[in-house]
Amino acid sequence: MSSLIKSSIARKVVMALSGLFLVLFLALHVTINLTSVISPDTFNQWSHFMGYNGLVQYIMQPVLIIGVIVHFVMGIVLEFQNMQARTIKYTKYKGAANAPWVSRNMIITGLVVLAFLGLHFYDFWIHEMTYKYIEVNPEDPARYYTETVEKFAPVWRTILYVISFGLLSLHLWHGFASSFQSMGLNNKYTPSIKSFTKIYAIVIPLVFVFIAIYHHLNPITH
Amino acid sequence: MKIYLKIWRQKDASSKGKMVDYTLDGIEGDMSFLEMLDILNEDLIAKGEVPVEFDHDCREGICGTCSLQINGRPHGPDRLITACQLHMRSFKDGDTIVIEPFRAKAFPVIKDLIVDRNAFERIQQAGGFISVNTSGRTADANNIPIPKVNADKAFNAAACIGCGACVAACKNASAMLFTSAKVSQFALLPQGRVEAAERVQNMVRQMDLEGFGNCTNTGACEIECPKGISLENIARMNREYLSASLKG
Repeated sequence: MSSLIKSSIARKVVMALSGLFLVLFLALHVTINLTSVISPDTFNQWSHFMGYNGLVQYIMQPVLIIGVIVHFVMGIVLEFQNMQARTIKYTKYKGAANAPWVSRNMIITGLVVLAFLGLHFYDFWIHEMTYKYIEVNPEDPARYYTETVEKFAPVWRTILYVISFGLLSLHLWHGFASSFQSMGLNNKYTPSIKSFTKIYAIVIPLVFVFIAIYHHLNPITH
Repeated sequence: MKIYLKIWRQKDASSKGKMVDYTLDGIEGDMSFLEMLDILNEDLIAKGEVPVEFDHDCREGICGTCSLQINGRPHGPDRLITACQLHMRSFKDGDTIVIEPFRAKAFPVIKDLIVDRNAFERIQQAGGFISVNTSGRTADANNIPIPKVNADKAFNAAACIGCGACVAACKNASAMLFTSAKVSQFALLPQGRVEAAERVQNMVRQMDLEGFGNCTNTGACEIECPKGISLENIARMNREYLSASLKG
């Protein structure tokens, strides 16, 4: 077991499992966000549930944060190890001849998504923690829709969200199907997994982008 | 045709190398790539210069000895061939061809275009075999029925010639395709199952010790492999390794 933990295959599996967990979380996140366009009341109810339910707050939320940290820390560790595996670079290297750009640049798309997560945490998570635990405000189940829509009023933030989801799309394009290969699954279902990955990598970020632009174009007028 | 060459020259393992320019005239399309290098070396010897050292043996795509990174790709621009099977008709008059050794920390340059690929030997020695008595009383392997699909997959994995193109092509210099082919060729056959768990653990451990990079599933190795070894083998090795490690 100790050799397993230190092995390159275990590192791949850690990346795959944490990545798949985050892929699943994205589906939940986009579903809740979509209700902000369809029904503000439903969005408020779901957001309030996510913000005050004990299971979500004290079990799921820490697991999610650990998942994010494990994924990006392991990704950076692997990148450094991989750089050390070729200390003298080629004078001429035609990477595009044998592998797509997205698969060769996961560290770039990943770091952009990580930077976006910093903004996202500042916008919503830190705001939420401050509201609940520092300012100790009373529960207000009706505040979420307004707070969310107001976040998308500045055009710069909306543009940053759109760009970040574009990069997330590229990250998912390679990462989702790749995680199955890392866990040893390459069989008759692989073409279907690859097709589903492409659909997922386009649709999920596109819905996030749509929501951001929708709220930017439809501000709350008091 | 006239060809401009940029070739990595390095006196020995401890010296610093550099790219050196050469020009060759009268090259014909029917010449193999290695014949073109032979002509260059004849010219250099005639001029009293040190010829370019490069690995070669069978010159028919079987031995896996040639190991040239040609214009940014292992074994050159054509698919499913080794450098010795590459012909000059793949290039045009006036082309500049950049020739470098396979680059990886685990494949140190010995001289010019020759790299030390003993890391592959050590991975193989860590478990790439089955322990049978070969005294002459060995049972006929054909006595054990093997499903055709498994026999074919094992054979395809065994087609790996250990040239190192997978490592050279991989942006991470990972040796997963080579190691997985050597694991798979035994794991798919009943004779290999007996030592399968021990084999995969030992070979992966040795692969990691050699300093190869981690696989990120770009698939470059599969595209550049002269024998078309499939990424399926890497997935199989991952399965085998996880299963063997978790069972203890």
